[in-house]
Amino acid sequence: MPLLDRNGAKDNAWIVSEDGTSDAEKIIVSFAHVKEALAGNGRGRRIGVIIANTVKLAELTPYLSEIDLIAIRFPAYGDGRGFSIAKQLRNAGYQGILRASGPLIADQFAYALACGFDEIDLPDAQAARQPFEQWIKAASSISQTYQRGFGTQNILDARRAARATGK
Amino acid sequence: MYRYDEFDARFVRERVAQFRDQVARRLNGSLSEDEFRPLRLKNGVYLQLHAYMLRIAIPYGTLSSRQLRQLALIGEKYDRGYGHFTTRTNMQFNWPRLRDVPDILDLLADVEMHCIQTSGNCIRNVTADHFAGIAADEIEDPRPTAELIRQWSSLHPEFDYLPRKFKIAVTGSAQDRAVTKAHDIGLRILRNAKGEIGYEVMVGGGLGRTPMIAKTIRHFLPKADLLTYLEAILRVYNLEGRRDNKYKARVKILVHEIGAETFASLVEEEFAKLDGPSIAADPEEVARIAAYFAPPPYEKLPARAPKFEAAKAKNRGFATWASVNLFPHKVPGYAAATISLKKIGEAPGDVTSEQMRVLADLAEKYSFDELRITHAQNVVLPYLKQDDLFDVWQALVAADLASANVGLITDMIACPGLDYCSLATARSIPIAQAVAERFADQQRQIDIGELNIKISGCINACGHHHVGHIGILGLEKSGKESYQITLGGDATLNAAIGERLGPGLDAEDVPDAIESIVAVYLKHRAPSEPFIETVRRIGLEPFKAIVQEKLHAPA
Repeated sequence: MPLLDRNGAKDNAWIVSEDGTSDAEKIIVSFAHVKEALAGNGRGRRIGVIIANTVKLAELTPYLSEIDLIAIRFPAYGDGRGFSIAKQLRNAGYQGILRASGPLIADQFAYALACGFDEIDLPDAQAARQPFEQWIKAASSISQTYQRGFGTQNILDARRAARATGK
Repeated sequence: MYRYDEFDARFVRERVAQFRDQVARRLNGSLSEDEFRPLRLKNGVYLQLHAYMLRIAIPYGTLSSRQLRQLALIGEKYDRGYGHFTTRTNMQFNWPRLRDVPDILDLLADVEMHCIQTSGNCIRNVTADHFAGIAADEIEDPRPTAELIRQWSSLHPEFDYLPRKFKIAVTGSAQDRAVTKAHDIGLRILRNAKGEIGYEVMVGGGLGRTPMIAKTIRHFLPKADLLTYLEAILRVYNLEGRRDNKYKARVKILVHEIGAETFASLVEEEFAKLDGPSIAADPEEVARIAAYFAPPPYEKLPARAPKFEAAKAKNRGFATWASVNLFPHKVPGYAAATISLKKIGEAPGDVTSEQMRVLADLAEKYSFDELRITHAQNVVLPYLKQDDLFDVWQALVAADLASANVGLITDMIACPGLDYCSLATARSIPIAQAVAERFADQQRQIDIGELNIKISGCINACGHHHVGHIGILGLEKSGKESYQITLGGDATLNAAIGERLGPGLDAEDVPDAIESIVAVYLKHRAPSEPFIETVRRIGLEPFKAIVQEKLHAPA
């Protein structure tokens, strides 16, 4: 499935192998298999996990330092739970790759990035209907918003900076 | 009132351009109808029974004359010469064309207005006490808090795809005039034992098909923690709220199902993990917003206004209006006047473009350029000198805006109902009109005293019928409109959900039933006892026979 990040199309170096039986160097396993995949990872290959948006942060916490990628499923664009899970993971200090996986729409790209996602894994049909150029454009349609702690650009800090320079 | 700075102005302009682009992508097929739907809803565009409807945000109900004139212009140019104020203090236009919407949004941006998040599963327009800054019992003006929340909730990256809509109301007084307990979050500004200002946080109120009164989850939240705590509440709701059934997706259902205590502990647990200083607005920002709501330059006036007293003595109509529609002002010599949009025979909340201009002119001339919209679908001129009241009243009479019925039986709340709304199961406006005509006599209304009738045309309860002293709910029963009557609802700090009197009645029987309910009240009331107090004291039993009689009366 097509993958994009804030710069546009991206090669997918990860192989989804739900039960972890693949020999690939970078594999994404299901949440049910993450424990055994990490335990059996003698040769230092990279392990990622794909989770439903009902998995709780506490269930992931024991593995965070060892997992290089967390893919969060979006069953539908209208189901925003994945945004909160991503934000919680970043708040908990998770520094690996965060991937949103599912039929998001271009207008959610900025939100996904602000909540801490790095990349979006789109179904083929979705990517065909909404070319990546639309995603890149949509990501910058609002240059600054009001929430602090969601990405670098926000109006409250810009006002504070303007106050500091006496403007 | 609040004015946009360069950041706010750019934000709203970019939002308009974004919507133009979204419309273009819908038209070229990039966005499916299903994908476009939440995007148009979050810009206030509904598809209604006959046409598109556009809902414009009036944050915490505060408007300037210039803004109201722009609404008058939009009503003339893109609607049929009128607009409609809603129970969430927004304005709705019922007849715009979709292709005109981006242009209307630009006209709104010209006067620092928008339609952002007036619909959709996101945080909606924040409402507040319409007498903010005026009421003597106020601890702090709720509008700076509401404005801070407006900004924080606009296009929030994490909370724009919630399980369901989310409504927040703020009051700064002991008296709750903002129906805070019927909101997803109600905030009440209070002072603790140390004299510090903070918030009582109530969660999980709401009307709709499962009416609930909000539960307090924090008795005192320090002011500086507001945004951090809201973030925690919304995160818990976004993650835990039900998404399997639209009718069980509001936070009130979550709070009800897991219990207020468990909900509170989840919020506190999340809140404890958050780094407050990196989320909260700094004190300078809070002060910047608050400065916009500083009191206007009042004149020093004597408490007694001789011209006002003389006019009342001379003109009975004016005296009646003044005794019914004025609200006491904390500043001597001033008053706040509620302009009723409930003229007998008109649709509650409707206002013509011409009337909007009259109100804008009056505000400019007499009320420091400011107006308020109330959740009861009326308009307030907040800063009137008492000695100007007679002049104001005469202008209102000329514009057909002088109904002296604020808080009385004909000051009804009604949703648009089956005449406009695609969700409605019955008409509301004609019921309101029929009841109003029955009680048109001015003196009789005053004799009956304070009595709120609220009418909804379906179980979604946009007309707040659950919290009406008398609630009327229009349903469809085997192809016929049927009206259930509830009694004892209350929208204030003693918030209560009304109880059903019995099975539904036919539309034509509703005015008689209301008449009989009033008769029972008048028979039982203690001297100067308001309707709601009598109902509380004597209970529903004496009223129940009324519905039974109506049902069994020979046709």
